[in-house]
Amino acid sequence: MTAQNHPPQNNKSNSNFLEEVSEKTAGVSRLDMCIQCGTCGGSCPPAADMDHTPRTLFAMIRAGMRDEVLSSNTPWMCVSCYYCTSRCPQNVLITDIMYALKGMAIKEKRYKDSTAPDFSQSFIGMVENYGRSFELGLATRHYLMHFPMRLPSMAPMGLGMLSKRRMGITPPKRIQGMDQLKAILTRAKELEVD
Amino acid sequence: MNKYLFYPGCSMESGARAYDESLKAIYKKLGFELEEIKDWNCCGATEYLSIDLLPAYSLISRNLALASKQANGTHKVVASCSACFLNLAKANHYMAERPEFGEKVNEALAAGGLNYKPGSLEVHHLLDVIINDVGIEEIQKLVVKPLKGLRVAPYLGCMLARPDYEKQWSDHEYPTELTRLLKALGAEVIDFPLNTHCCGGHMTQISPGTAFELIRQLVSAADQYKADVMVTVCPMCQMNLDAFQGETNHFFHTNYHMPILFFTQLMGIAFGMDPKKLGFGAELVDASKAMSRIGIEVPAAEETQAPKRKKTTGLPMPKMPGDEEVAS
Repeated sequence: MTAQNHPPQNNKSNSNFLEEVSEKTAGVSRLDMCIQCGTCGGSCPPAADMDHTPRTLFAMIRAGMRDEVLSSNTPWMCVSCYYCTSRCPQNVLITDIMYALKGMAIKEKRYKDSTAPDFSQSFIGMVENYGRSFELGLATRHYLMHFPMRLPSMAPMGLGMLSKRRMGITPPKRIQGMDQLKAILTRAKELEVD
Repeated sequence: MNKYLFYPGCSMESGARAYDESLKAIYKKLGFELEEIKDWNCCGATEYLSIDLLPAYSLISRNLALASKQANGTHKVVASCSACFLNLAKANHYMAERPEFGEKVNEALAAGGLNYKPGSLEVHHLLDVIINDVGIEEIQKLVVKPLKGLRVAPYLGCMLARPDYEKQWSDHEYPTELTRLLKALGAEVIDFPLNTHCCGGHMTQISPGTAFELIRQLVSAADQYKADVMVTVCPMCQMNLDAFQGETNHFFHTNYHMPILFFTQLMGIAFGMDPKKLGFGAELVDASKAMSRIGIEVPAAEETQAPKRKKTTGLPMPKMPGDEEVAS
């Protein structure tokens, strides 16, 4: 996506990017408290696979580098192990900030690789329809779309999971309060936009 | 009698069937009353949080709202899965930490006629209530068949002891709860340095190389410490280490064979219960040989074979533990 396609409010809010990210974080992000010590990146198991370490990414957020931050693979590589969060001397909610950045990247379609966003969206599609997750449906769809070449080496595992009744063939039973859940989620989505 | 509102989570009915069966077999002995939260929904795992903040927290909080409505005589919610536990704890904590956020979540819940007062329930993981509400001494009294001679690597995974909003765990990086429990069962517990490292979570679906490396580190460490089995407290950890162990071996050309069990399965064995009722045999990496080493017969797991390596010779590659077996 090119720069002129951005919604106008995003163009002028580059300098407030930090506030915007904080606003989208579940708790009090304390992102403005980051002292650039790098404990996060040093603690991060998948750091080697990231475009930017969390420390670098936070410096970029402060610098208002909106495009670069939202298209970085860093949040998508996060495994949510909370090492960074529990070690951060400033108690920055690093993992939750990564979630916030993923959500923003999805809304503006800035991610470079669609594997992770597609997986998240397939997963919540199941949940929004059944109220429960459904591993076989999710895995089959996801593998055919993104990892067809992995299927042969996956076969023993898939067969094992099926034969040991650890994965069902039929979708899960819908929860009884499906209408209630849908009403809640619809209202939540409306409130999110406000 | 300790009474709890139980949140099983989606995987207890499928992937973690062994956890579910073994928990059902032992919980009465522990003096537990587990009342399932009626019509609970999926917590959204780590996926919903990545997409939409408010819907994600509303999804989680519906469970808390249902639980608080149902609560009769208890305010403790217990989850058996680490990810479910963390999500429920997150909603409980952040709704209170940022009241305006909590109010928005409640506004969404109101559309379904529900409401939740942040902090009105306590959220616990199963291991936490076993250690802290039942206690090690009581557990020792229940042991009739000590797991003497079984070398166990305790693996807690990452989402339990971190971020630990309510200070429920002894340490964020090296908590001792699982070690103490397994010692009480009579097992020989390894001082396992990767106790709270990450199993890769959903990365098996997104960036397989990243996940396989994390799985390899854990399994190879347990192997180097000569563990007979590795013990987990979370369906996701068990799934990654057990079900993806074959693919990890294939990826790195290794040949690890590390059985991954749930702590509740070993509790059942130590309490002298029928192994058939404890979900043995559901694992993809068979645990029956390891258990028979200490004279305990459990149903064997049929193993599906991974595809063979086409060539065993070629360019020189760095040596990995377990290579020797593959080379034949």
